[in-house]
Amino acid sequence: MKKLKMTTKEVRTLLSQIPDPEIPVITIEELGILRDVNFLNDECVITITPTYSGCPAMKAIEQDIIALLKENGIEKVNVKSVFSPAWTTDWLSEAAKDKLRQYGISPPDKTTSDKSVLTGIQKTVKCPQCNSENTELVSQFGSTACKALYKCKDCLEPFDLFKCH
Amino acid sequence: MEKQLFNYLLRLSDSSLIIGHRLSEWCGHGPVLEEDIALTNISLDFVGRANSLYEYAGKVESKGRTEDDLAYLRNEREFFNNLLAEQPNGDFAQTILRQYLTDAFEIHFYEALAKSKDETLAGIAAKSLKEIQYHLRHSSSWMLRLGDGTQESNTRLQNALNEIYRFTGSLFETDENDTVLIAAGIAPNLSTIQHQWQKDVDTMLEKAMLKKPEKVWMQKGNLQGRHTEHLGYILAEMQSVHRAYPGVKW
Repeated sequence: MKKLKMTTKEVRTLLSQIPDPEIPVITIEELGILRDVNFLNDECVITITPTYSGCPAMKAIEQDIIALLKENGIEKVNVKSVFSPAWTTDWLSEAAKDKLRQYGISPPDKTTSDKSVLTGIQKTVKCPQCNSENTELVSQFGSTACKALYKCKDCLEPFDLFKCH
Repeated sequence: MEKQLFNYLLRLSDSSLIIGHRLSEWCGHGPVLEEDIALTNISLDFVGRANSLYEYAGKVESKGRTEDDLAYLRNEREFFNNLLAEQPNGDFAQTILRQYLTDAFEIHFYEALAKSKDETLAGIAAKSLKEIQYHLRHSSSWMLRLGDGTQESNTRLQNALNEIYRFTGSLFETDENDTVLIAAGIAPNLSTIQHQWQKDVDTMLEKAMLKKPEKVWMQKGNLQGRHTEHLGYILAEMQSVHRAYPGVKW
């Protein structure tokens, strides 16, 4: 039998398994999209934040959250989107960056406190396949809003860079 | 104050939605695949921002209108977007120019708005500001490449400038609605931003080997809902599905 009442910690652990719909190797917890879990009376309030304003994955994430909670006996769910503090790649853990690399996406290697990454193009971008730094920007905009398209000039593989944001 | 804030939010969200829709018209028509992706990515940022602002506007108004009601069920005279946003895509040069003139404005405007005393508005602005930095980098690099490119690309960019520069004045149009919000520390003062924008634009035009049109009569009227003929066509296309099937869901 399912437990009738879960603690916020249990709900958070449960939700931290939800993969990002676009990059399924990392979870919404690791990405920093899942911000808060709370109970207000009998309603479960989940706070999420978008990576980019127009990220189309937000609706899918919301539906994933509602479905998973329903499966676990929580019917009244309210998923709230907040914009402040604005999402940043600084929230990605080292473990999450490793997962991105293994998946073929070059992770952001600087923090946003280094202003040069925001005002100019990131200086060195490593190829996630062969680790070469001999890479070139193909397009500032990639397959999703959070990525840019690069090409490795050594192994000749194209790859995505998770933009420092 | 709610009334003024609601009007102000509509102006911001309408401007974002309309230019976002314009950019989306490039989907499948970009000059190269990378540009197709870039322009539609940028479009998403604008439409996403409009969505957040409309949602907040609906809350401020508290008459139960959703973001969809505000986007799809208002007529032309009830839209308050700046006149530059609704100008047609034209050729690639005109789209890039319209985008650069907009991005150069937004980078200063949203930086100031991120310091607004209205926390929700400041939050949306801070989020948008990060995206605008990418937009500006993209449009600036194309301004230089086209302006300082071939005779053909320079001519096309210059023609676009002669055609749409007269709509930039509407970015800075202001009225007593703004005065109330500026006094409350909610809205930034547009005259400061206009000064910063003009400085940046003048520098860019010189670098891109373009001549700023002289003695331009700036077209205005958007704060009263008066638009160029192009807006009606955008709304007709954008709203047709929602109006034909009210409340339809995917």
